[in-house]
Amino acid sequence: MLEWLSRLFGATEQSKDKAKERLRLVLVHDRAVLSPGLLDALREEMIHVLSKYMEIDEKGLEVNLNRSDESVALVANIPVRRVKRKL
Amino acid sequence: MGKSIVVTSGKGGVGKTTAAANIGTGLAQIGRRVCLVDADIGLRNLDVVMGLENRIVYDLIDVVEGNCRIRSALIKDKRLENLFLLPAAQTREKDAVSPEQMQVLIEDLKKEFDYVLVDCPAGIEQGFKNAIAGADVAIIVTTPEVSAVRDADRIVGLLEASELYDPQLIINRIRPDMVRKGDMMTTEDIIDILAIKLLGIVPDDESIIVSTNRGEPSVLDKKSLSGQAFRNIVRRLEGASVPFLPIEERSVVKRLLRMFNNVSGRS
Ligand SMILES: Nc1ncnc2c1ncn2[C@@H]1O[C@H](COP(=O)(O)OP(=O)(O)OP(=O)(O)O)[C@@H](O)[C@H]1O
Ligand SMILES: [Mg+2]
Repeated sequence: MLEWLSRLFGATEQSKDKAKERLRLVLVHDRAVLSPGLLDALREEMIHVLSKYMEIDEKGLEVNLNRSDESVALVANIPVRRVKRKL
Repeated sequence: MGKSIVVTSGKGGVGKTTAAANIGTGLAQIGRRVCLVDADIGLRNLDVVMGLENRIVYDLIDVVEGNCRIRSALIKDKRLENLFLLPAAQTREKDAVSPEQMQVLIEDLKKEFDYVLVDCPAGIEQGFKNAIAGADVAIIVTTPEVSAVRDADRIVGLLEASELYDPQLIINRIRPDMVRKGDMMTTEDIIDILAIKLLGIVPDDESIIVSTNRGEPSVLDKKSLSGQAFRNIVRRLEGASVPFLPIEERSVVKRLLRMFNNVSGRS
């Protein structure tokens, strides 16, 4: 009954909901830009933190934002030379 | 020392110039000393929206290049004696002025005026960088459309990168009939997405076109709905807390449906 009422008054499939949903998705991508400066800073800090626990190959370190259809992921490839036994 | 406000949007044609003219006029109406600066070099329009196009002698580039003093380039408004316009150059390129020069210019104007309102060109290139250079705060104008909101979001990011934080949003050209039908994003939808502070909502209004025809901002028209919206924006800029115009009131049917939905737990 309620479903039927909703449909009768056009409450389903509102184009503004479509607009909002599409905006959300497109902004996930638009917003996922790390400026070179920020990326460098992130890399530096990652090296700093990781070095407490392991010896890493700083030159081989790669940090990137990967985009797929609906999400953005921070992907890091960090070659490890040796893991420390204790802090 | 006054305050400088840039009116920007990213997307073109969403109502920056209209907003700048109305807010500037509204602020002057309540007694503030206001200078409108047209930073849309090569595509000036603030002069015609204000009805001052016949009085231009010097322009912004003349001032920056030292061809004249600021005073002689400022055009006094027809109606309000504490309102001035610094017109853009029409026959020059956007790179005829630099962000550093704009900053100096705006600083100078802030010494004389309570508010310096800068009308920004569309886009995110040189003209945008010039327009935001001397700004203390930013107003972003958008319409309730996907492309305009998307561009507004981009502007939020670019402003932040230039250390201009907490911009305020004006949603322009809202159509209550379409909002009611669910065919236009609501204020809440847009604020939800952009996550910035709402400064005002302005309805799509024929009186804007009439007032632009006449060269008289609609804020001067007591009966105009958009004029009321701009008067509210002015009061909010002055620190008052003014409720938003009820232009999105739900239809009876929608309200009933909502009640049903809430009762049946579908929210
Ligand atoms: N609330 C409104 N209701 C009806 N028409 C409007 C409204 N706001 C703006 N307009 C109309 O939309 C057009 C574009 O407005 P305006 O020139 O202010 O936009 P703009 O953002 O400054 O454009 P540009 O990016 O080219 O500088 C104008 O014709 C104006 O009259
Ligand atoms: Mg304009």
